[in-house]
Amino acid sequence: MLGFIGNWKDFWTGLIYIACGTAALIISGDYELGTARNMGPAYFPRILGALLIIIGLIALLRSFFKSGTPLGEFAVRGLILVVGATVLFGIIARGAGLIIALPVLIIVSAYASHQFRLPSTLALAAGLTLFCILVFLKGLGVPLPVLGTWLAR
Amino acid sequence: MDILSNLWLGLSLAGSPFNLLYCFIGVFLGTLIGVLPGLGPTATIAMLLPITFILPPASALIMLAGIYYGSQYGGSTTSILVNLPGEAASVVTTLDGYQMARRGRAGVALATSAIGSFFAGTVATLLIVLFAPPLAKVALQFGPADYFSLMVLGLIACIVLAQGSLLHAVGMVVLGLLIGLAGTDVNSGIERFTFDIPELADGIGFVVVAMGMFGLGEIIRNLESERQFTGIAKITSLLPTREDWKRMVAPILRGTAIGSILGVLPGSGTILGAFGAYAIEKKVSKNSAEFGKGAIEGVAAPESANNAGAQTSFIPMLTLGIPSNSVMALMIGAMIIQGIQPGPLVITSQPSLFWGIIVSMWIGNFFLLILNLPLIGIWVRMIMVPYRFLYPAILVFCAIGVFSLKNVEFDIFLMALFGVLGYIFMKLDCEPAPLLLAMILGPLMEENLRRALLLSRGDAMVFLERPISATLLAIGLLALIAASTPVLYRKRNKVFEE
Repeated sequence: MLGFIGNWKDFWTGLIYIACGTAALIISGDYELGTARNMGPAYFPRILGALLIIIGLIALLRSFFKSGTPLGEFAVRGLILVVGATVLFGIIARGAGLIIALPVLIIVSAYASHQFRLPSTLALAAGLTLFCILVFLKGLGVPLPVLGTWLAR
Repeated sequence: MDILSNLWLGLSLAGSPFNLLYCFIGVFLGTLIGVLPGLGPTATIAMLLPITFILPPASALIMLAGIYYGSQYGGSTTSILVNLPGEAASVVTTLDGYQMARRGRAGVALATSAIGSFFAGTVATLLIVLFAPPLAKVALQFGPADYFSLMVLGLIACIVLAQGSLLHAVGMVVLGLLIGLAGTDVNSGIERFTFDIPELADGIGFVVVAMGMFGLGEIIRNLESERQFTGIAKITSLLPTREDWKRMVAPILRGTAIGSILGVLPGSGTILGAFGAYAIEKKVSKNSAEFGKGAIEGVAAPESANNAGAQTSFIPMLTLGIPSNSVMALMIGAMIIQGIQPGPLVITSQPSLFWGIIVSMWIGNFFLLILNLPLIGIWVRMIMVPYRFLYPAILVFCAIGVFSLKNVEFDIFLMALFGVLGYIFMKLDCEPAPLLLAMILGPLMEENLRRALLLSRGDAMVFLERPISATLLAIGLLALIAASTPVLYRKRNKVFEE
């Protein structure tokens, strides 16, 4: 696929930089530019946005001429499970309480490992949950419930 | 005897039982995370930052500082025993340290590393005592243009020293500056890049980004290839022989000097010092043929250098209020949280805090010597903790920690997003460290650019007309040119590959 691209890392980096730079230019278009002497809120962001587009273009152009190392495998399983577990924790932390949310976070994320074992993971979840409730909730007063609103009335 | 009275002032603060305890906790945690591969000081300090709210400012900063230099000690333990650097700055130590271990001299290698680090830490602490006050005085004369140029230099140094492509690192810096600008603009009151999300009105917290990229992003990357430890070198005698002592003295002195100087440079921190010291030692040593096969000089020099650099990298942070690496940026965040405005005024407005932190560094180095030599057995067992137990725990501390900053779930989601971005950037050879540093400097740079141009009536030549500013920019330009010339560029890559 697309054999004329020598360096995929440069190619994607260039595209990301160009996209971010363009977004910065478009969004800061709503703000006041001002002058060099009296800079408005858009002045610095637009300089940076333009700079980022230039850097992205150089990377993109370079990707056609220079060969580079391949991208390598993406750890899709790790990415989805680790990020998913974190987001899930954020959603249920208040509702279910830490006594549910923490074990969910630990077990789901631990499943990303190729050496996953259920018994030891359960023990880890129990120990860490107890530790966090004692240290963060009782000790440091983080306002998260042990038992959430969904469970306790 | 100004220095002595200052040190006494510091000792009276750092020597209190409460602060001694936090110093000990700091270096203990530092050694622990140094030993554990896959968990670095940036992620750890980011995780612990919320906890430091409840501590007095001095105790909080003493503990966080301890984590940073403590991790340099711990990082070398894994380098020597299992050939895996616990920290980036310990990479060179694997070359000769592991070879020494394979020849049954693991104990001597560990002792050399601890002795060299302790000596370097002591000297570097003294250097801070001597040079920080005059530097803070110079810094008081800095105008907005000079500050702007100083930050440009810091970012360039960070780019030059980042691993992988130079161009990618430049982009990461610009992107970081943009991310740093998100939130309410102080001058106009306009909300920039907030997408009308109320949680973004205060900007994107750098702790959120640090935990996302260095915590989550690293976890995902480490899951690509989970390491299995097969065997750990046995530790027999810790005591170096008379011959060993003779051979380690000069490398320790040279390493300390190189590390101290390079540590002050913005953006460099510890890594450059360790590489530089090893390279120079290899050139000047009588035993250069033995390098790579277990030369004691190859352990002594870089280990002294990285610890010296860890200490002296506090100088720009303490005197100028400018972070030289992402750890220092988090320390500045901790100061701001505690209501202390970092900058050249800290030394006069908060003398006991300033000197207390410095004295605590020496005390911490002493703790580390004890922790790392007689108690080495504990850390050896820590290396055996499998990663599959470690990373869910890191994740839990990140999630609760990031929530407790402002008590909003939004930050957890934002952290997850930056975790994904961090992983993608790592895959694309874009180091996250320059982005984080730039993100913190973004608002500062804009403010100083604005002020400088206001004072000069819009004339951009002001950056070249002021001598301090012009000098700083010239150094930055030279560094960038030097790093991009083909010869040096190849050398730079080779250093990182080694």
